[in-house]
Formats: sequence, structure tokens, C-alpha cells
Amino acid sequence: MSTLVFIETSEGKIRKSSLEAVCYAHAMGGSVTAVVLGPADEAEVKTLGNYGAQKVLHATDSKLEKGIAQVYASVLTQAMKDENADVLVLAGSSLSTPVAAKVAVKTGASFAANVVELPDTSAGFVVRRSIYTGKAFAHVELKNGKKVIVIRKNAAEVKEVGGNAEIVSYSPVLNDSDFNTTNLSTEKATGDVLLPEAEIVVSGGRGLKGPEHWGILEELAKTLHAATGCSKPVSDMGWRPHHEHVGQTGVKVAPQLYIAIGISGAIQHLAGVNSSKCIVVINKDADAPFFKAADYGIVGDAFDVIPKLTAAIKAAV
Amino acid sequence: MKILVCISHVPDTTSKINFVENNTKFDTSGVQFIIGPYDDYALARAIEIKEATPGTTVTVINVGTVETEPTIRKALAIGADDAIRVNAEPTDSFFVAEQISEHAKGFDLILMGRESIDYNSGVVHAMVGDLLGLPSVSPVMKLEIDGMKAKMSIEIEGGKEQVEASLPLVAGCQEPIAEWKIPNMRGIMSARTKPLIVVEAKTAASQVSLRKFELPAPKGAVKMISADNVGELVARLKTEAKVL
Repeated sequence: MSTLVFIETSEGKIRKSSLEAVCYAHAMGGSVTAVVLGPADEAEVKTLGNYGAQKVLHATDSKLEKGIAQVYASVLTQAMKDENADVLVLAGSSLSTPVAAKVAVKTGASFAANVVELPDTSAGFVVRRSIYTGKAFAHVELKNGKKVIVIRKNAAEVKEVGGNAEIVSYSPVLNDSDFNTTNLSTEKATGDVLLPEAEIVVSGGRGLKGPEHWGILEELAKTLHAATGCSKPVSDMGWRPHHEHVGQTGVKVAPQLYIAIGISGAIQHLAGVNSSKCIVVINKDADAPFFKAADYGIVGDAFDVIPKLTAAIKAAV
Repeated sequence: MKILVCISHVPDTTSKINFVENNTKFDTSGVQFIIGPYDDYALARAIEIKEATPGTTVTVINVGTVETEPTIRKALAIGADDAIRVNAEPTDSFFVAEQISEHAKGFDLILMGRESIDYNSGVVHAMVGDLLGLPSVSPVMKLEIDGMKAKMSIEIEGGKEQVEASLPLVAGCQEPIAEWKIPNMRGIMSARTKPLIVVEAKTAASQVSLRKFELPAPKGAVKMISADNVGELVARLKTEAKVL
């Protein structure tokens, strides 16, 4: 089996989720070729070997700097042909998922998104994917020889295997017609841990009573190197930006630890967090439905518990 | 302007998910079906554009069996002018994208939700764009039409981007692109007589096949800790859950 992995970069830095995609491809066995599009940090590109890539195709053309889905899809389709690859693996994101879908159309490949673990190849090629917003799984056979797999966080363990990759400069043909969207500007939170990739998430709900109280939650998040999230009412009221909204119609997270403070736990919120390994709920209402979905619970006032928790973590970690 | 809105027919967000027939079929008993919440945003934005732009028509398309017709009628009640139902079980994203592409030619805007809330792949817009050779953008939080150009605000990890593209265009929508619309009595009455045509599906070879469904393992009981003893929580997270 020959597998291609698309490496997504952000300001030239490799996204952590893409390392997971390399590890996924490595764990499947066979040869692994990573594809980096646009200018990127050379030292980081080299480290891809350490995660299991034998070869890296790096297209440094500055036209590839902005991630345009149609352009990336055409380039990856070419790369699959050039490398004679059977499988393309990508880590799901606002850019990579549509790119994957377009490559699947262009190559006639079997496609699966939100794949949560390595394929079962004992009889056919079967992937397990999350459906109904985390409320269920489907085991789906990818019947075609060519396959495009979009993985979810935690689908593979991120492990260093100590290999070296051959870095090859790649110059794909770029079609002008693929540049069919223009990026006018990008606004991005800097320096923060990205919510979908975070190992720990601290979320606040209406129980925090107002945006001016987010400081104590951010302090707790900082202590834990966590990302901050929020419930839907909080983003609807404009207390926090929409990209922090965790839930059925917002970001779906899958951290090691999810701490929910002042969130009652509507089923729509649970749908966004039910892939978390461990859930801690802090709420002053002992009957909050979220406690039923939690591993640990504290009944208490957010303004009392959060500072105590921050102090206890500083003391213990 | 001609707008096509693609809608999915999905279980209400509060539904309990169960399977029958040896975990190979979705259990529809007691489940309320709705227009996909993201598709509902797309429809609401389409109606807003129609109200602001004289001569605009909104057509709704759904790939589904006869059971989806009440959901389609609801979209007509909200304000769509006519509807197409492609008579087939929507088996996978590519199949649905192929069916939509068959009927999407001639439209200036093809809107849908960023994803359906049953299979969640979030790729039908990207596939339709590819099949028709049109730009596709998702998830769109703001959509303004200026002549033959669209200006959009899309959500990315940790922020947003302003993007421009020419029409015709495919867009996957999400909040806060528009406020959901609730059908009024007049809309409900007129929806009964609006055209809903049923077409047979284009045969497409399926690239995937479902083996079985599975429900997540039930969660163990919550361990409650006193608010006066947060140190115990930290200790348990370290040694018991091993997440710190």
C-alpha cells in the first residue's frame, strides 16, 4: 500500500493534527509520502520523517501559500498519480475536509470523513466513523482501490518513530481556473491553543453571568495550557466569538480533558463534547443534566470554585 | 437570480439515536424529522435575498424517499417557490452530490448547510462544486451578493476569513448567516399547492457500503467531589483519569 498524507500548515508551521495523520498512515503500514504545499518551516518539514513519512513532497511555490481548496485538490490529485498512491489521509479541518472531498471526486475514490480509528482490513477495508454528531458510529467499507480518509482527532497515537524523510522539491502544474476564490483577509486568534486541537478544553456557560467574568476562566485555561470554549447561548449573546462555540452546531472537540463550568448540558452541547476522554462538570445546580454525562462533578458556584481549582492545579502540576 | 437550496431530512437535534435490524438500520420510531439545522440557515438566507432582490426564485432540492415530503413542504411554507425531490435513499455524500449536480445547472447560487447532522461529513458542497466546476465555500457565516460576485465570511480554526468568489457559486452555510424563519399560516396554506416534482435518481455506482452501526459504550457513574475539596479533583485527574 502506498499512502499520501496532506500536511496542513498555518503561517508556515505544521498543524499538530497533520502529524497525527502521518502517524495514522504509518500505522496502516506500507510507504508514506507527506505533501507540504506552500512555503513552510524547513526544520519542521524534516521532522515529518520522525513521525513515519519516508518521503516529503514540498511544493514551495508562493502561489500555494493561501489554502484554496480547489487548487490544493488538483495538486493532491496530481501527487496521487505521480506517487501511484492508493490512499490519501488528511486530518479534518475547514480546509482539509473540502480538499479531501474534491480529490475523492477527481480520482473516483471511496471517501470517509470523521474516521476515529485505524481501518480494519481483516475482511475488506472497513473504517469506523463518527455519525449523528458523536451519538453513534458507522462501520463503512471503502470498496474502491483508491481511498480518501479524513481522520478525526485521536484516530491515531502521535508517536515518534525516529525515521528520516527524503525531502523532494515538488513543482505541480497549477491551473489558473482553480484559483476560484480570493482570500481578502484573515482574522485569527494568535498565541492561543486552537480549540479543535487542544488536549484540554475549559468551557464556560451562562453561569459565568457575563463576558467580563471570562478572566478567571482564561486564567484556569492558561494554567492548564488549555483552549477556551463556550456554550451556544454565550456565543449567541456575543459574550464570546462564534469559533469558541462548542456543540452540535459549533465546534466538536475531542480533548483528553473537558471542563464545563456553568453549562447545564443541553443535548446539543453534549453532542459537541461526547468524544472527550474525561469530562469535569462544575455547576451550582445539582440537577444540571450535564452531571449525568460527566466523569467528575462539583456542585458549587463558578466564582468560588474556579480560583480554587486554578490554585490547586498550580500547586500540583 | 435563481437560488437552489439543498436540504437534508434529519432527526431532530434532541433525538435519541437507536438502531434496529441487527444494527443495520436507523430506528425512526418516535423520532421527529426536521430540515437540517444548517440547511435551515441556508434557506433563511435564500429567502432574505429573494425578499431583497426582485425577480429572485428559490427552489428546494432534497434527495430522499417519500417520507421526506413533509420536510420539503415545510421549506415551501417558509418561502421557497418550488421543490424537487430526487426519489432515492441518500446513501453517501458522493451519491447525494451527484444527484444535486444533475439539477443544479442554471442556478446562480447553490446553498446548503455546512453539513447534515446525521452523517456529518460536511462535503456535499465541495463535491457539488467540483462536479460542476464552480467555486465552493464553507462554512459561510455571512453572504452578501454584489452583482455577479459574492463576499463571504467563513469560519476557520480559531478565527475567520473574508473570501470573494464569482457566481455561480456553491456555499455551505452556518449561523449567524441569517435567522431561522418560522412558517406562518399563509405560508403553510400556500405550500400545499406549490410545485413539488419527483424525479428518479441518476444511477451512480456506490463507492462505500455500510457494514453496521454502533452506539457508544455507556458512561460510568459521575464521581461527585465537594466544592471545598478541589485538591481531590486535581489528584484524581492526575492519578485516576491520568489526564493531567
